[in-house]
Amino acid sequence: MNTTKKKEAFKETLKFAFIQTVPVLFGYVFMGIAFGILLEKAGYNFIWAFFISLIIYAGSMQFVLIGLLGGGMGLLSLIVLTLSVQSRHIFYGLSFIEKFKAMGKWGWYMIFSLTDETYSLLCGMNIPKELNEKQVFFTVAALDQSYWIIGCTLGAVIGSFIGFDTTGIDFAMTALFVVIFIEQWYSYQSHLPALLGTVCGVVSLFIFGPGAFILPALIAAVCLLLIFKNSIKIGENQEVCQ
Amino acid sequence: MSLEFLTPLLVILVVAACTFLTRFLPFALFGGGKEVPALVKTLGDLLPPAVIAILVVYCLKGVSVMVAPHGFPEFIAVAIVALLHIWKRNNLLSIGGGTLVYMVLIQMVFV
Repeated sequence: MNTTKKKEAFKETLKFAFIQTVPVLFGYVFMGIAFGILLEKAGYNFIWAFFISLIIYAGSMQFVLIGLLGGGMGLLSLIVLTLSVQSRHIFYGLSFIEKFKAMGKWGWYMIFSLTDETYSLLCGMNIPKELNEKQVFFTVAALDQSYWIIGCTLGAVIGSFIGFDTTGIDFAMTALFVVIFIEQWYSYQSHLPALLGTVCGVVSLFIFGPGAFILPALIAAVCLLLIFKNSIKIGENQEVCQ
Repeated sequence: MSLEFLTPLLVILVVAACTFLTRFLPFALFGGGKEVPALVKTLGDLLPPAVIAILVVYCLKGVSVMVAPHGFPEFIAVAIVALLHIWKRNNLLSIGGGTLVYMVLIQMVFV
């Protein structure tokens, strides 16, 4: 292929990928701005926001991270917390093992950048025959992350200029998790996992106190889920992507 | 390098490594067409709602029901987020509306 043709093909790919990612653009930029503002309020400027969104690139976990940056949480708790919050990703990759492997070194970026939103886009796309599927996959993934990086960095910049009293703005994180809780409540046939998690969290908070409750709560939730797994109806709750 | 710089940097690197690990795990374990162990599948399926519930508790861990304002701002704002979301199911509206109400409550109402 000569250069003009290559350029033309890339333009077509970019155009298709951009249209596909518009819904993610809005979601990521707004949530990213919220993250950036909170991060800035916690005392970390836009360079940190850029760095975090570049190398971590995760929604919920980045919000949780803000409170942990000062240290204080033990290494083991930090690892168990991150693995638990991200445990759903174990599922996502399963649908793309063969495809990402066929992408060679680009496949590594695909694995790294497989967020909830990118996963659902890759699942639902009808790629026109004339486009190269691998290029489309990579472009979609890279566009999504660039929206997130722009949002997070912009938020931290905005945060440093906000003149009004922002006390209480950190409630955005609580609100985010309440929203995810409700969404999962709708999409899961069994509410037992959500209820078990709530009970484990509250009981552990009373026993171990605010500073040390999260690790025991997570361990208790994992154990109880494994004990009760046979009585939990799984049903058609998970998006299955072929 | 100061601890003020090093601590957050290390926390970020650990979280980044663990996040990548969860995304890489299926490729590392089942790349050769092996069957996914039932235990892994079960946890991948059932753990997310439990973790989110624990994170809601985590966000509210600092609320004291014994001391004024007895957790009222938090509970009112959580209720508003929930109601808005059940009503419209619009993430931005629920999160934005709830946060705004919370800010008004703690800055003007329960001062």
